[in-house]
Amino acid sequence: MTDLQDSKLTEFEDNDQKPVGFGRMLRKEDARLLRGRGRFVDDVQLPGMLHLAILRSPFAHATIVSIDTSAAEASPGVKAVVTGETLKGLGLAWMPTLSNDVQAVLATDKVRFQGQEVAFVVAEDRYQARDALELIDVEYDVLDPVIDVRKALEPDAPIIRTDLEGKTNNHVFDWETGDEEETARVFAEADVIVQEDIVYPRVHPAPMETCGSVADFDPVEGKLRLWSTTQAPHAHRTLYAIVAGIPEHKIQVIAPDIGGGFGNKVPIYPGYVHSIVGSIVTGKPVKWMEDRSENLISTGFARDYIMRAEIAATNDGKILAIRTNVLADHGAFNGTAAPVKYPAGFFGVFTGSYDLKAAHCKMTAVYTNKAPGGVAYACSFRITEAVYLVERIVDALAYQLEMDPAELRLKNFIQPEQFPYTTKTGWVYDSGDYEPTMRLAMEMAGYDELRREQAEKRARGELMGIGISFFTEAVGAGPRKNMDILGLGMADGCELRIHPTGKAVVRLSVKTQGQGHETTFAQIIAEELGIPPADIDVLHGDTDNTPFGLGTYGSRSTPVSGAAAALVARKVRDKAKLIASAMLEVSVADLDWVKGAFQVKGDPGRSVTIQDIAFRTHGAGDLPDGVEGGLEAQICYNPSNLTYPHGAYICVVDIDPGTAEVKVRRFIAVDDCGTRINPMIIEGQVHGGLADGVGMALMEMISFDSDGNCLGASLMDYLIPTALETPDWETGYTVTPSPHHPIGAKGIGESATVGSPPAIVNAVVDALKPFGVRHADMPLTPSRVWDAMRGQATPPI
Amino acid sequence: MQVTMTVNGTEYTREIEGRMLLVHFLRDVLGLTGTHWGCDTSNCGVCVVWLDGEPVKSCTVLAAMAGGHEVRTVEGLANGAELDPIQEGFRQCHGLQCGFCTPGMLMTCRALLDKNPDPTEGEIREAISGQICRCTGYSSIVRSVRWTAVHEAEARNAKEEVAQA
Amino acid sequence: MQVPAPFEYERATSVDQAIGLLERLGGSARLVAGGHSLLPMMKLRLADFEYLIDINDLHGELGYIRLSDGEVRIGAMTRHRELLESDVLAEVFPIFRDAEKVIADPIVRNRGTLGGSLCQADPSEDLSAVCTTLDASCVIRGPGGAERVVTMEEFHVGPYETAVGDSEILTEIRIPRKLERAGSAYAKVERRAGDWAVVSAGAAVWLDRGRIVDARVGLAAVGPNTTGIPEISAALRGHEPSEELFQVAGAIAARSCDPVTDTRGSADYKRHLADELTRRTLRKAVERARS
Repeated sequence: MTDLQDSKLTEFEDNDQKPVGFGRMLRKEDARLLRGRGRFVDDVQLPGMLHLAILRSPFAHATIVSIDTSAAEASPGVKAVVTGETLKGLGLAWMPTLSNDVQAVLATDKVRFQGQEVAFVVAEDRYQARDALELIDVEYDVLDPVIDVRKALEPDAPIIRTDLEGKTNNHVFDWETGDEEETARVFAEADVIVQEDIVYPRVHPAPMETCGSVADFDPVEGKLRLWSTTQAPHAHRTLYAIVAGIPEHKIQVIAPDIGGGFGNKVPIYPGYVHSIVGSIVTGKPVKWMEDRSENLISTGFARDYIMRAEIAATNDGKILAIRTNVLADHGAFNGTAAPVKYPAGFFGVFTGSYDLKAAHCKMTAVYTNKAPGGVAYACSFRITEAVYLVERIVDALAYQLEMDPAELRLKNFIQPEQFPYTTKTGWVYDSGDYEPTMRLAMEMAGYDELRREQAEKRARGELMGIGISFFTEAVGAGPRKNMDILGLGMADGCELRIHPTGKAVVRLSVKTQGQGHETTFAQIIAEELGIPPADIDVLHGDTDNTPFGLGTYGSRSTPVSGAAAALVARKVRDKAKLIASAMLEVSVADLDWVKGAFQVKGDPGRSVTIQDIAFRTHGAGDLPDGVEGGLEAQICYNPSNLTYPHGAYICVVDIDPGTAEVKVRRFIAVDDCGTRINPMIIEGQVHGGLADGVGMALMEMISFDSDGNCLGASLMDYLIPTALETPDWETGYTVTPSPHHPIGAKGIGESATVGSPPAIVNAVVDALKPFGVRHADMPLTPSRVWDAMRGQATPPI
Repeated sequence: MQVTMTVNGTEYTREIEGRMLLVHFLRDVLGLTGTHWGCDTSNCGVCVVWLDGEPVKSCTVLAAMAGGHEVRTVEGLANGAELDPIQEGFRQCHGLQCGFCTPGMLMTCRALLDKNPDPTEGEIREAISGQICRCTGYSSIVRSVRWTAVHEAEARNAKEEVAQA
Repeated sequence: MQVPAPFEYERATSVDQAIGLLERLGGSARLVAGGHSLLPMMKLRLADFEYLIDINDLHGELGYIRLSDGEVRIGAMTRHRELLESDVLAEVFPIFRDAEKVIADPIVRNRGTLGGSLCQADPSEDLSAVCTTLDASCVIRGPGGAERVVTMEEFHVGPYETAVGDSEILTEIRIPRKLERAGSAYAKVERRAGDWAVVSAGAAVWLDRGRIVDARVGLAAVGPNTTGIPEISAALRGHEPSEELFQVAGAIAARSCDPVTDTRGSADYKRHLADELTRRTLRKAVERARS
């Protein structure tokens, strides 16, 4: 159902303000991307390069009886056919996952999900490689699969992980947070308790560029060069060193332009390892690019939480406690990318933005015969699930109390003077001022007017809904004292060199997948040193040429690497000050920093610019005692805490009462990500996340039939919103800087993906109020909305 | 088989298999990697190029079908160092982030403006509805096209004024 | 990206030459026009042919929309975009424009053809429902220039199966023009723009002095093939249009169709939509016939 708008915009935001520092600025990376001169992994062409294709399991659970590769080996152009048995001989059949589990590189004993890697072919071109797959003859003995997650722990459930010694069930982990007893006590005293079973279905980040790699192993140098679609090149390099036994200094991981990541490109997939093995075996560069169905059926999915939520409150709407019981589907291997001590990611922030007396969560994670993954799709380490849970159950409480959902939230916010605020699950929120953000969103929406319109429409039998969500995120993982992935601390490096003419190059450990790092990081350096962003080159995505760090996911680039960039610039500035004092022949105490230059206190006419100083550091003549030549610095930044962005979102929907189609009419997003570096880029990040929210709330879902066949294996079946399902986003902002971040920035990459699904679902449920609907699960397709209208809402799994 | 086609004004003759897809011909045979691909089922639209002036999904056109025809790709948009106004519009209005869907979007939006120099928001959204962008949420793409429309109209008017004078 | 298995490419230069090729190559050959249904299936290796015969050059011969007093003739190579943009077609049968606005997406519509859509014979395909609604007939040409004309019911043999033989080509669709006061409309519910229909309905009515002389309803995605429902025509003929009458038609549509539950929706919901969309399209068709 499309409503073609007649508007013709003629006024445009001036994004070309050429700031020396923060402000709206056009992106540096656009010059190549607009001309088709980006360099993505599939654009890499090396002399003699071969192509790799993967044979995948058609079954969710089956024993491999035999594999006959002879016909494939004889197929035109084929250079190698590799099976799990081959890898076993090399000790490479299994590899570690990011959650200290193991995952099959190629299946040896049995296959555990539809789409699992069984064999690969290396051939002269991609067509030949694909043809040869048809000729591999695999005999399977099909086993009963575990598809219904609720039955995974039943005593007679088939055991999936027979590879793990002594494993007698499909249990992955139990996890608990908060105080169970205290929460029970508070619940017992509450006036009102509301309970809902809430499902966050399995979805997929599906970046427009699929995953892939080009491996080029040089047997003479013993060096592996790997171009790959990775959000975390340095972490991947370390893991390849561990998996493949190649010394770390002999591995160069290059992440060139990346066509979107959203968490999909954090894990190491078997295909990357295949290309490495393929290159070692053939002595040639080998390219693997997965096709779309491979991407959807085998790579990192997201969510898949079944949550029982309970909220306790007083009759006048004071929220007292929240508790939840979660069943988590982790697929066939625990491939979740989360800090080791956080098996459920940061789900612990399910207490939301509210001042509670108690909270408790109990979680059980299980194996099923589905693809591995879990943390992806801009989820901020499971904060999407947490925010959805709290914002949905708060709305259910508003319904029960017959209170306006905005009023209920305003009544329960953590107050500005309570920050830093320790939640009942132990998270220390750094800063926040929630009410102004909420009020601004309500003002932009014309909230009271919308409610009046809704009342009129309801009287006429029309279905209009207004949905609110208010979220607090925890991003920027994280302090190394309690956060690591596979033993690697979650710090990030930054290196800055100022050339003699005052131009600069900054090298990052994080890696953009579209977020605009080449611009934002140049602006951070510019803000600190007064060098125009155009004069600053940002290098990233090449492990040979950038400092170590854990990469870009969980909205951590600005909170962690952004802090590193600011601090490395300050280090350079400190050194520059020493040189300036020599150049101006005054003591450092007599110097003032005005962006881009030091000037003598009380005598602004006497100054030297950062460019003058740079030349001096590389030039002739002595430097002050103890000062080395050159103007450069390096840093490894360990954040002292996470940062906690927040936001208020309001969504307006209309539902066709006859067909149950949902139309998102308006979406208002007010974000507070602390200090704003480039508002244009921030708005872009928000817009993208809001579209994700429309997708998840209304159409996206990876579902399975009872045999474990994936029903969302192409973009014909896995629906992603187009320009016709998404409205013109209305964005606003407030600024509450982070007190512990050097520039006060908090991170924005995932806020909208986290915050928007509950706003949309709340709006749909609000529209269905006349039918007595208090909850309905995503995805709210017309058919599922129609079920809800008839009081027959069902969970999607 | 042999195929001859004109791409961005240059004629190319190459020996290919009948099954080769146009997108692979452009990328792998001619090395024009600006055109991308993103699905198997002609749903995503990142592979859009022009065939005889019409946007088509090059993953669903055989290279052989383009024989004797004219193809235009994103590499053929800019005039040397000077960006096409639609490219400038995308730059000015942040119409791209990762840049993967951008070449296809640019080709579609250029074609739209050639047919309809002053499109409404609804018409722009309809025109790009066969193409998926995961990054921008589309609003900034709509703005980019409007920016281009407004600036191209200004340029036309300025030209007319000069002509009249 | 997935790629098709090897095949030989042939390019047809005329309809008769294409038929000659088909005669020579038999069942191992397949015609390809827009290719937007066939090529994805071949890429996913759900379909495999030794020869593909490209008939895009036949657009000159088979790409047309011709109106005469008694009928409209549309060439099988007429592209979706041409059907959408044709003002003359929208004038006599606005159902085409309604449907074309929601078929696939604008880029696919630049390439896809009427004939290709009908020959794919997908039960969810919209133009088949349109043609069924309009009581169209299909012209099939075979060797030696032999032509036969079949109704839509005869044309659709089963899901993905048509009456077109191995050495034949669908060349034209003929739609009768019955009366001046004709109106038609199409409605589709989809999960997202460009998706296949959850359910679609088309309706056409012909009025004379305020009464319905004839009416037809065609549905897509609610049975093995796009479905015309004669019982609705019988129930509407001779009556003055009214909400009550549309309700009767909707109820017949709901009970006459045979939907299945799938990821697009439950069978119950689809049955409901058959009712709802039948009423909506009839209402719109009558409104158009009157104006």
